[in-house]
Amino acid sequence: MNKANLLERRSVVSSLLAERKDAIVVGGLGASTYDIAAAGDHDRNLYLWGAMGGAVMIGLGIALAQPELPVVVITGDGEMLMGIGSLATVGLQKPGNLSIIVLDNEVYGETGGQASHTAATVDLVGVARACGIPDARAIATLAEIEAFAPSMQDVSSGPRFASIKIDSANLERVLSSRDGTFIVTRIRGALGFGPI
Amino acid sequence: MHARTDAPAEAAPEANPAWPEDIFAILQRFDVRQVPYVPDAGHSQLIERVLGASSMRAVPLTTEEEGVALLAGAWAGGQRGVLLMQSSGVGNCVNMLSLTQIFRFPFLTLVTMRGEWGEFNPWQVPMGSSTAGVFELSGIKVLRASHPEEVREVVEAAAGQAYNACTPTAVLLSQRLIGAKVFTK
Repeated sequence: MNKANLLERRSVVSSLLAERKDAIVVGGLGASTYDIAAAGDHDRNLYLWGAMGGAVMIGLGIALAQPELPVVVITGDGEMLMGIGSLATVGLQKPGNLSIIVLDNEVYGETGGQASHTAATVDLVGVARACGIPDARAIATLAEIEAFAPSMQDVSSGPRFASIKIDSANLERVLSSRDGTFIVTRIRGALGFGPI
Repeated sequence: MHARTDAPAEAAPEANPAWPEDIFAILQRFDVRQVPYVPDAGHSQLIERVLGASSMRAVPLTTEEEGVALLAGAWAGGQRGVLLMQSSGVGNCVNMLSLTQIFRFPFLTLVTMRGEWGEFNPWQVPMGSSTAGVFELSGIKVLRASHPEEVREVVEAAAGQAYNACTPTAVLLSQRLIGAKVFTK
């Protein structure tokens, strides 16, 4: 792959979410959460600041509870690798409304840029496909992202998986709320559920 | 041979006990919709009932921590769930259990115990011995049922405090209740 032409993560995420409509968006801890915040705070954003490896499963729980709403998980390669088994669980459940996007910079950017498995050996698209997610693709250009983004609104044709190779630049953090009860209560409120 | 096979066996738990039905009825009454699980023999009857229930979604997992995260998502999406696992899976959940404090969501798990009460397999004993302690250190309230007749009230209390008070709760279903796994060659 020509590393010089890799995509920049913020423009990838803002392009993915430009026409998000009613979608619920889950961000894996680390830079993915900052990218989602940078694209604009939203009642339906679920920012994760921990629980590494849990982003896809949290997305699956929402997707099963709200089958008529698009649910989009945006996470990094390290977070995805830690919860790699969750792709097998998603493949079994086949939620039509779930889209999983991995921003793959091939490094653990939050901890000093150590190489992740995707830098050398692991093909996440192949893993997703082998786990029973046939709609799995590698994306390399903004044009492909613009073509892909509307499909996330289709709640009957998922699950879908996309791995987007991005450059490994560490951008300025855009900090979302870190208060879990606020974040989850806000989403529940947006869906019409009150506090206990 | 680990015990004489020609000697009369101790009274074994019933083949199809009523307590899994009690649990199923309580889960139905509390409108539990998502049931992630890693299979365990002690949960097999309940899992069968869940798989046959149109109002419930059974979600087999590759590892138990997935279930904690799934239930956090279920809550964000407006549904209740319960995680079924055995004691050895509790250790797999530890970091993900932080979600119960961070989101303060109604977490309920039903854990079949191994590594106690006549256990044959020593490999089950370390995690079985620390199961309650791991939960307590993680901020999860622990209740235990050891006899068939108490399962209903213990699970009822656990579901009540989990779903009504958002108090994360684990019910340990004792190996004494389930019966020690019998290993034969």
